[in-house]
Amino acid sequence: MSKIEYTSLEGKSLPYFGLLGGLAFMMLLAIGSVFYMEHEGHHVTGMTNQIVWGMPHVFAIFLIVAASGALNIASIASVFRKKIYEPMARLSALLAIALLTGGLIVLLLDLGRPDRLIIAMTYYNFKSIFAWNIILYTGFFGFVGVYLWTMMDHTVYKFKPYAGFSAFVWRLILTTGTGSIFGFLVARSAYDAALMAPMFIVMSFSFGLAIFLLVLMATYKWNNMELGDVVLNRLRNLLGVFVAGVLYFTTVYHLTNLYATQHHDVERFLLLDGGILTSVFWIGEILIGGLIPLALIYAPGVKNCRTTLGFICAMIIFGGFSKIYTILIAGQAYPLEIFPGYEVSSSFYDGAINSYTPSLPEIMLGLGGIALTLFIVAFALKVLRFLPVSLADSVADPHHVK
Amino acid sequence: MNNSKETAEVTTPVNSSRRDFLSKAAVAGTVTIAPGIFLHRTAGAAVADTDVSEIEASEAADMNTSVSTRPLDQDVSNKNRWGMLIDTTRCATGCTDCVDACNEENGLVGHGRPETDTQYIRKVTLKSKSTGHELSLPLMCQHCETAPCADVCPTGASFVRADGIALVDKHICIGCRYCMMACPYKARSFVHEAVENQKLTAPRGKGTVEACTMCVTRVDNGGIPACVEACTAENHNAMIFGDLRDPNSPLSIELKKHGGKQLRSDLALNTGVRYQGLNE
Amino acid sequence: MTRFLRPLLVLIGFMLLSTSTLAETPFPTIHEPSDESKKCIHPEDEMRRNHMNYILHERDETMHEGIRGEPEGLANCINCHVEPNESGEIAGIETKEHFCSACHEYAAVQIDCFQCHADRPQKYIDRSKHSSSLRDQLQRTLAAAEAATEGARP
Ligand code: SF4
Ligand code: SF4
Repeated sequence: MSKIEYTSLEGKSLPYFGLLGGLAFMMLLAIGSVFYMEHEGHHVTGMTNQIVWGMPHVFAIFLIVAASGALNIASIASVFRKKIYEPMARLSALLAIALLTGGLIVLLLDLGRPDRLIIAMTYYNFKSIFAWNIILYTGFFGFVGVYLWTMMDHTVYKFKPYAGFSAFVWRLILTTGTGSIFGFLVARSAYDAALMAPMFIVMSFSFGLAIFLLVLMATYKWNNMELGDVVLNRLRNLLGVFVAGVLYFTTVYHLTNLYATQHHDVERFLLLDGGILTSVFWIGEILIGGLIPLALIYAPGVKNCRTTLGFICAMIIFGGFSKIYTILIAGQAYPLEIFPGYEVSSSFYDGAINSYTPSLPEIMLGLGGIALTLFIVAFALKVLRFLPVSLADSVADPHHVK
Repeated sequence: MNNSKETAEVTTPVNSSRRDFLSKAAVAGTVTIAPGIFLHRTAGAAVADTDVSEIEASEAADMNTSVSTRPLDQDVSNKNRWGMLIDTTRCATGCTDCVDACNEENGLVGHGRPETDTQYIRKVTLKSKSTGHELSLPLMCQHCETAPCADVCPTGASFVRADGIALVDKHICIGCRYCMMACPYKARSFVHEAVENQKLTAPRGKGTVEACTMCVTRVDNGGIPACVEACTAENHNAMIFGDLRDPNSPLSIELKKHGGKQLRSDLALNTGVRYQGLNE
Repeated sequence: MTRFLRPLLVLIGFMLLSTSTLAETPFPTIHEPSDESKKCIHPEDEMRRNHMNYILHERDETMHEGIRGEPEGLANCINCHVEPNESGEIAGIETKEHFCSACHEYAAVQIDCFQCHADRPQKYIDRSKHSSSLRDQLQRTLAAAEAATEGARP
């Protein structure tokens, strides 16, 4: 393959500044929400002593999981030597860093004491998977940063395979770590599954790729750069495999839970009588996030239709949010089983199904994280050369051209 | 209260090094170390010039318990393991004496938002699904030996003291609430709003997590937790406080005689709080 | 020449400006306990420079090792140094008159103690109404919860 040429965005157009301005505005709203929440205290949010992790955590976990997945393209190119993905590796690594930044900022700003960031960095409890995650996240920045550097600086180009491989290994550990945050919550019936970690890895593949595709298509379209069907069809097929993978793991997860008698009640709650949560599960997670995209990906009629592909990605992202929402909220809404064999009630909502209504500031904070991610991407694309000048079929895969 | 000065002179020698400083605030308590043996001991207040009544070791301590004799200038150690035994057959439905005492002791206030207001201890009403038998019991932090809260806390703010009391070091708690997710007993609350006029022995503030401390200041000073004291004072006698490691403590003797169940014993957390009268 | 002169002038300007604002903030005076027989456990100089280390040390020992009654804790500072003023009121931590915030504002160092600790001695805190409100609230929630489970039963 001939040498790939990269370019940066000119970034002087009105729409470009409009985009940055819009994102900046969203971030401002998020900052406002944070000040409000931290000043008043968390009682102004929908989170309570029952639902202790809410919307900000849904956004944060989604972004962190997707970050690892966004690195997929780069990994396939460098670790599995698939040439066709090579040109997109830079963008993939950039997106990974940006997503992780967005997710972590949301997580941080929702802390009860975000002013104690220093403490979070200096006091470590090495037993805590959460503390390990802080190390994993920092490491991720480092590894992916170095990897990007080896890709973009010719003097260190020869180290690229190693950098790429380390980044690949690190991200697998990172997603395992994120999944394990739930796996360690032995007391909560819904999280008590060894399947959590592998499921999170497949989820990361799927969400990360969907976001990557959306960003890729939007960038090339808005800048009138060429993006051929060969690349897109490859990615679309890959996406299909990942979506199917998530569906598979979801099924196995719920089937194993149904198999274990002590988890019947929580499963029944989620799958049948959870009210809004049940709808989010069936409609959001399974239908919109799984079955419909899967059908569309393999539907012959819309094979080369970019609008459809865009919709597919959007649906997968929506489904991803739904999935994390159901995992997170349902696991808390369902009461803890402290006294098996008894019906319980108390002033502290023992034995009661807890409800959660996300508040506006929480959602603004989450959206601010997404805005930050996109802002970083848009800005970085302007200052450094991340984008291949063309991803036309002839560039992406010369042998393919008939 | 002022007669405490005299009693301070007949104290066990352990406190003498601090007597100058503490004598002003020392409180006397007659305490049963083991059945039949009585001795006098001062329960020194943590600081001079404070409202002593707050950390007073009560007369109720006489009745049911072994208490700390550790000199306050020495580290806590695993020679003791503080625990409680709750006899649900004596716990009266509808009675909230322990809860009220706890709220008073720790300066907990309501804001009319039951979903976010802090509760260290709560009364739970149980009804057996098979027999329909109803009972009532207090539920609080179970002071697990292998505490899930301490395992997950990223900063080490959640920890279990050498003598078995699980605490939150609010100085280094970042308010991530992971411990609340991990606790099998829903024992913890997050402080959802600004707090002022805290009790001296119960500092608490916005953005950190808190839970039952087993009235650690009282215990250190040779007292018993406020809930146990209240329950005993009202003659319900449903709670015993004491040292699980001391085979002669009333707590250990009662446990040996009649047993006591750990909640969620399947998790093998070796909780410090045990219950009687619950069927498996 | 002007190339060097201009930054220099700006620098001097800044220095003048900053000293003038400094001059406006009076050097804080330390509240002396009204009971003159009370003496601080360490000389003033030492305390001014190192009080945080004493407090921090005491804090960790008390929290994790259960060591109590050492004189160098925060509560002891508060007990001597926070007193009602002539009109019988206590200046809270949010005011400049509070013993701690007087200096901390001057030195522009944030204090992280009083989000959790009371800013005044216990004897000046009126708790008459507090916990009764919580008791009623808990009773109400409990009643509601019990009614809910009653209703759910077949
Ligand atoms: S009961 Fe909950 S808060 Fe208490 S020690 Fe056990 S896990 Fe921690
Ligand atoms: S909320 Fe505080 S105590 Fe709980 S896990 Fe987080 S840092 Fe630890």
